[in-house]
Amino acid sequence: MLTVKKASKLFKGGTAGFKDVSFTIQKGEIVGILGTSGCGKSTLLRVLSGLEQSDSGTIHTGDEQGSQQAGGMIFQEPRLMPWLSVEDNVLFGFEQPKKHTDKAGHYLSLVGLKDFAKSLPRDLSGGMAQRTAIARALASKPSVLLLDEPFSALDAFTKMQLQDLLLDIWEQEKTTMAIVTHDIDEALYLCDRVLVMSGQPGTIAAELKIKQPKPRSRSDINLTVYKEKIFSILEGSHGKAKAQTAK
Amino acid sequence: MKQVNKRLSVFGIGLVLPVLLLVIWEGAARLGLIEPYLLPAPTVVVVSIIDMAQDGTLWGHVSITLYRVLIGFLIGTAAALVIGSAVGYFRRFEQLMDPILQAFRSIPSLAWVPLFLLWMGIGEPSKVTLIAVGVFFPVYLNIVSGIQGVDRKLIEVGKVYRFSSFQLVKRIILPASLPSFLVGIRSGLGLGWMFVVAAELLGASEGLGYLLVLGQNTSSPELIIASILLFAALGKGTDALLKQVEVRSLKWQDNLQNAQ
Repeated sequence: MLTVKKASKLFKGGTAGFKDVSFTIQKGEIVGILGTSGCGKSTLLRVLSGLEQSDSGTIHTGDEQGSQQAGGMIFQEPRLMPWLSVEDNVLFGFEQPKKHTDKAGHYLSLVGLKDFAKSLPRDLSGGMAQRTAIARALASKPSVLLLDEPFSALDAFTKMQLQDLLLDIWEQEKTTMAIVTHDIDEALYLCDRVLVMSGQPGTIAAELKIKQPKPRSRSDINLTVYKEKIFSILEGSHGKAKAQTAK
Repeated sequence: MKQVNKRLSVFGIGLVLPVLLLVIWEGAARLGLIEPYLLPAPTVVVVSIIDMAQDGTLWGHVSITLYRVLIGFLIGTAAALVIGSAVGYFRRFEQLMDPILQAFRSIPSLAWVPLFLLWMGIGEPSKVTLIAVGVFFPVYLNIVSGIQGVDRKLIEVGKVYRFSSFQLVKRIILPASLPSFLVGIRSGLGLGWMFVVAAELLGASEGLGYLLVLGQNTSSPELIIASILLFAALGKGTDALLKQVEVRSLKWQDNLQNAQ
């Protein structure tokens, strides 16, 4: 679904961004990109979404036809158009929204907002606004759904609800996702595979396959093993400054 | 029903002071406390308006003034919309246009009057041009600041959808800068009314501004006050119209006004 080969994007004289990043994401897979702040993980996602160009390397997104994906990005903030109703926001990517109201209905019921189709963003709570953003991203049927720290601005309880919602959506639609996060628990709860990034510029320090079947329990003792591992990778790379690249 | 009552009471509060003022004014005039050749009673002013309405001259004055404001307003707004959008959106165009426009802006607009009269004579074109110049700057400034103030984060959403520049402008930048644009055209219209007075004072044979001059030359203060009242009513009326447009098109804003 998504193949990245030796991609680099550097700025601030080569001390920020990411370097020589290679990975693939399979269809229906949820992949977490985990790292401390400043390791270039958000930049990586911006490059994947087409908001920025990589300096070198190749990025192959899209399905078998090789079509570029558009619109499947969820930001840290909802970024809804305040002048459009919830429904029109969901259909924002369409040339003629009026023709696709049934689609809006489908995705709004998927995120549990069917009754709010005509509301304005100002009447929504933070969690509801982010649900709308999820529906908007899904409506454009992206080959890979890109999420940039999507729940980090929400309170703990809403965050858990939306993480479960994301898993429900995955159950129903088998959406392929790439989630950038700095929350280890979130990555372990949602992802099939976690790429740990570290260093400045960031490189992929390790790749962990989480074998526990989904849905998982948040207090699953097996997950703490992975957590320990990730901690030691992040600390180790921090100590040695230059990370070893385990692929 | 409650809504209607509430609106009536809000309207009522606003009426208290004007009515009180009118009563005092009328009383003072009747009692001879103020000289009628300086300040006639409100009833005298109203009668003079009714007289003009009856002999048909009122409509002529009002309509020509409205027409001048409207045409000048439209030309000024259209020019500001085109130039302002380009300056707001294209950095290069801003570097090219903004310094000279700011220089022009610092010229008091009334200083143009003699030049316009010289170039275009005393007819309609010079008046309309003066009004258009007056309307242009507030609209232009608000459009530019509105467009430049559009949240980059919203524009990024459009970029993720691979929108073209035209789509970005149409679907994100224009709606997002609409509040600022509407503020601009309201203050532009206000200036339009100011400049129509100047234009008509300086040379006109018809119009509300001409009535001001006529009142001064024939020592009839009721004519001047009648004209002032009509200016106030027309200015307030057209502004209320724009205010309506503003309220309707900005219902989505999460601000103090919509919270009440």
